Amino acid sequence: MKISLNWLKSYVPVQWDVHRLADALTMAGLEVEGLYDRYDYLKTVVVGRVVRMSPHPSAVKLKCCEVDSGNGLIPVVCGAPNVHVGCLSALALPGTILPGGGVIEAGVIRGETSSGMLCSEAELELGPDHSGIMILDAALTPGQSLATALELSDKVMEIGLTPNRADCLSFIGIAREAAAIQNAPLMFPEILLPETGDDIRQTTSVTIQSPDHCPRYSARVVGCITIGPSPFWLRDRLLSVGIRPVNNVVDITNFVMMETGQPLHAFDFDLLAGHRIVVRTAAAGEPFETLDHKTRTLNEDTLMICDGEKPVAVAGVMGGCNSEIGADTRTVLIESACFNPVSIRKTSKFFGLSTDASHRFERGVDPEGTLFALNRAAALMVELCGGICRRGVIDEYPGAADRKPIPLSADAVNRLLGTQLDVRTMDSLLHAIGFDIKPLSSDQREVVAPSFRVDVSRPVDLVEEIARLSGYAQIPTTFPVIPQSIPTGYAHRNRKRQLLELMTGFGFSEAITYSFVHPHASRHLRLKSDDVHMRTLEILNPLTEDQGVMRTSLIPGLLEAVYYNITQQSRNLKLFEVGNIFISNGQDALPDETEMLACVWTGARHDLAWHTSDVVCDFYDLKGVVEALLKALHIQPPLFTRITDASRPYLKKGYAAHILCNDRVMGCIGQIHPETLAAFNVKQPVYGVEINVQHLFAEILDVHHNTTAVPKFPSVSRDVTLIISRSIESMQILLAVREMNEPLVEQALLFAIFEGGRLPADKKSVSFRLIYRSSEETLEDTVVNDLHTAISSRLIQRFDASLP
Amino acid sequence: MGLVVGLFLSPFIADTFVMTGKQTVEQQIEQILREALHQIQTSSVADQIQSLTVQYLGRKGQVTQFLRNISHLPAEQRPQAGKRANDVKKILEEAFQNRLREIEDSQAAEDTGIDVSLPGRAAFRGALHPITQITRRISDIFSRMGFDIAEGPEVELDHYNFECLNIPKNHPARDMQDTFYVSESIVLRTHTSPIQVRYMEKHEPPIHIIAPGKVYRCDSDITHTPMFHQVEGLVVGEGITFGDLKGILTAFVHQMFDTQTSLRFRPSFFPFTEPSAEVDILCVMCRGKGCRVCKQTGWLEVLGSGMVHPAVFENVGYDTSRYSGFAFGMGVERIAMLKFGIDDIRKYYENDIRFLRQF
Ligand SMILES: [Zn+2]
Repeated sequence: MKISLNWLKSYVPVQWDVHRLADALTMAGLEVEGLYDRYDYLKTVVVGRVVRMSPHPSAVKLKCCEVDSGNGLIPVVCGAPNVHVGCLSALALPGTILPGGGVIEAGVIRGETSSGMLCSEAELELGPDHSGIMILDAALTPGQSLATALELSDKVMEIGLTPNRADCLSFIGIAREAAAIQNAPLMFPEILLPETGDDIRQTTSVTIQSPDHCPRYSARVVGCITIGPSPFWLRDRLLSVGIRPVNNVVDITNFVMMETGQPLHAFDFDLLAGHRIVVRTAAAGEPFETLDHKTRTLNEDTLMICDGEKPVAVAGVMGGCNSEIGADTRTVLIESACFNPVSIRKTSKFFGLSTDASHRFERGVDPEGTLFALNRAAALMVELCGGICRRGVIDEYPGAADRKPIPLSADAVNRLLGTQLDVRTMDSLLHAIGFDIKPLSSDQREVVAPSFRVDVSRPVDLVEEIARLSGYAQIPTTFPVIPQSIPTGYAHRNRKRQLLELMTGFGFSEAITYSFVHPHASRHLRLKSDDVHMRTLEILNPLTEDQGVMRTSLIPGLLEAVYYNITQQSRNLKLFEVGNIFISNGQDALPDETEMLACVWTGARHDLAWHTSDVVCDFYDLKGVVEALLKALHIQPPLFTRITDASRPYLKKGYAAHILCNDRVMGCIGQIHPETLAAFNVKQPVYGVEINVQHLFAEILDVHHNTTAVPKFPSVSRDVTLIISRSIESMQILLAVREMNEPLVEQALLFAIFEGGRLPADKKSVSFRLIYRSSEETLEDTVVNDLHTAISSRLIQRFDASLP
Repeated sequence: MGLVVGLFLSPFIADTFVMTGKQTVEQQIEQILREALHQIQTSSVADQIQSLTVQYLGRKGQVTQFLRNISHLPAEQRPQAGKRANDVKKILEEAFQNRLREIEDSQAAEDTGIDVSLPGRAAFRGALHPITQITRRISDIFSRMGFDIAEGPEVELDHYNFECLNIPKNHPARDMQDTFYVSESIVLRTHTSPIQVRYMEKHEPPIHIIAPGKVYRCDSDITHTPMFHQVEGLVVGEGITFGDLKGILTAFVHQMFDTQTSLRFRPSFFPFTEPSAEVDILCVMCRGKGCRVCKQTGWLEVLGSGMVHPAVFENVGYDTSRYSGFAFGMGVERIAMLKFGIDDIRKYYENDIRFLRQF
């Protein structure tokens, strides 16, 4: 909210420098987010003297002037009737932005150069006169800044109010705080309201049919109004806080709202059918045209102000066209009401329409403040619009309630804050902002909050007032005793930390992608409709369509990152992410959140280097990472089994495997399917892994391993090369060796694979090294040879192999 | 000349120690030393040094001979001559060794070796995301102070995200957080405070936890992303004061930044705390002088905090007459921006490898 210092001074003497005041308000909880000079726009406007003047050669009404700017003569084309040689006026130099939005530029006006503009006071928003240029005091000096010359000075504070401080959405509200802070008096405007004629209750009435929505409705009628522009002082006040003047009646309602915080509405009394007001909720589906000329469809929760026949305003939000103040309006009904905050908020949200009025009603206006604002507005209409106020006031107040006293214990305040404030200090702090205090004992008080403090109802609300007004800086800094306790979830966090370290150790950089993805992501993953990953959770109000659903896989996000990097010319990427996926249980239930690890590798195996040739990464590069990761986490070597079913359709068939530990699938690995890549605009092969983190960690052997003794006796190695069918997966042979359970076989390694050459097309040659060792003795060659031959022949038989 | 004399004279006079010419015993040994040193200095080949070693220190070498002949000297001369001869032996041994090393080094210098400027075979390490790194640092600081870490779901019930935290439906405080809705009753959590509510439901005070995690708000510009990270904290116990809140947050800021970073506690409003405070720190860029980062104010807003509102305690069934507590929260991105000098929050989620690798 904007607060003009000059305007504020009408209600409180400001003894302090504006910066000190701004700091003090900020430290009292009214954050001054900006502080600027109201006349900043006059920076490039100076006093200028017309030195020479000649008629414009091609335009009768224009004159070509030479103006002394204090810094040389400037040619200005001027059309004002009152311009004359020797006069001093306001000269706007190029670069000036007029309040109306116009920009002054050096240019040519109908063939004549003009490098500035002589302005009227209306053009500079310094007065009402737009009939001619400003004629300034002859004693001023050309070149002087206009603001200095006219002693124009005002500071505007931009205050960011928190939603609880509805009472400060007004000049009087801010003045009250400024008065308390400076220990200065608060001054209210004096209201002199002459009333004439019959009591208005004879000609009009207000009926509240929804008292829950409208606790109070006050109204007056002012007749004999002449609609016209407001006097300059009033328009100047509104302009100082950024409100555009409209006409005298509307300006007065805005002015009083800014002054008191009470939103007002003025109806054209003659347009009210039956000359009466009914406050009720709307009929569903009813159309209504609001002042912004939009036709809105009402619902049955919308509180409406109606006349004898029809709605005339959306209560607390916006008036209607059918009762709008116009040039012919003669009689005005002024509404000063209090509406239920929740009702107004619902309506404002429903229509997507937030106004100065709804902003205040949502936060809560002072129910005791309606009459003051009403009388103030009526008095101004009498004074400024030639109006005659009818006798009497309508004040329907079905929601009248006593303010409950709040118990306050000084000791409790000090215990919560950690302070040693004196109870009398607390009394005076609260008293300064309008609280009534009734001492019960040296410690106990009964405090009644003023009616405008709708946010105060509990003792702790009083603690806050005392704390902020005495200053948070005064509260001593202390340290609580934090007892030692056993941390929860420690093991999981440690493992996760280890997981991240390992992945970076393998050369992968951590990505964090958005948890929401495009609704098409599951289609891009080629998922079948019965796939669990199709159970996406929708966001009702996404910012953009590509953030429409919660992800069910980390792969789309990583592929987006791959695509982005490729567009940035980074083609060799090793990225990973650890994060949750969300499997929907329906929109009305919480989804299953599962933590996943995913990585992608694309491009070269190594960065370009002198010692190695440029090799593209492949399946086995990524598989090696998974194997090393599991090993480092002390997990038994997993099984990689070819994916033969329809699961994981975003991996290329024949180039993908499940990762199994103890017969449980914990993830998958493979080459991303070309169609999926195409959907993400990625044109180079990408290999990916997805692992369920919880399943992964479940496989970690919690107990310390039993270390085995380092062997005492030497090992003996024997190799065997088998020619087998290409369809046999090499791992099967190693498994076969393991299943033989030969105690002397320590290890079996695969060290060469060969296809092609002289081999038949359906065959491949695989070479294994078996390492034999006994823990009891040095093995004799003959023992090893016999065993090796036996193992080899068993393998030959089992896999229908031949020797080379 | 000396060399010739040495070579010829020494064996000749060796057995008798008769005065030859005008040389005394002392002069003889000094001359051997002089000549040997000269020869060592002028040799440039290792072999030459080897043969000189034999010539002087070998079994029949001059110094050896001299030592052997000391027994022929008059008794009163023996100790002094013996001591000097042993000294000479040591001097020469060292001289031979040093010279030999010099010769070897000069020979080694002729081997041009390898190009040590070639880059090594990369042992490439990836990088942790800056958000992960900063979250860790924050968590570590609080862990050291005795805080436990709690986590919770990212898709949350309106009940936990708002209602329990004293933010009823249709309250203007809801405008403080632009919410992504999944349904009427389910939201993407807008802060990690629901974790604290869930924790309080399951635990009795005393409580000291922090709750890190992803949060979501529908807002996107240079300072907002629809997803970001928070660390929130909660302390509940008997006699917990606003002063304690100041203490813990001061201890945190001094560890996260440095002890020169002063704090300012400024009254504010959060529905779930009262009294509430925004915590500003002295601008880490300009140290309070005013700069672009702090918008010329000299202060940076980094934390929200306050004493837990009694309504929140009532919602989880705590005895408000017995327990008090404080809560605080911070945006990880904001802290990371200050620590790393990043000015556009969206950079965190582009995952540009050139960005990620800098951390
Ligand atoms: Zn700064």
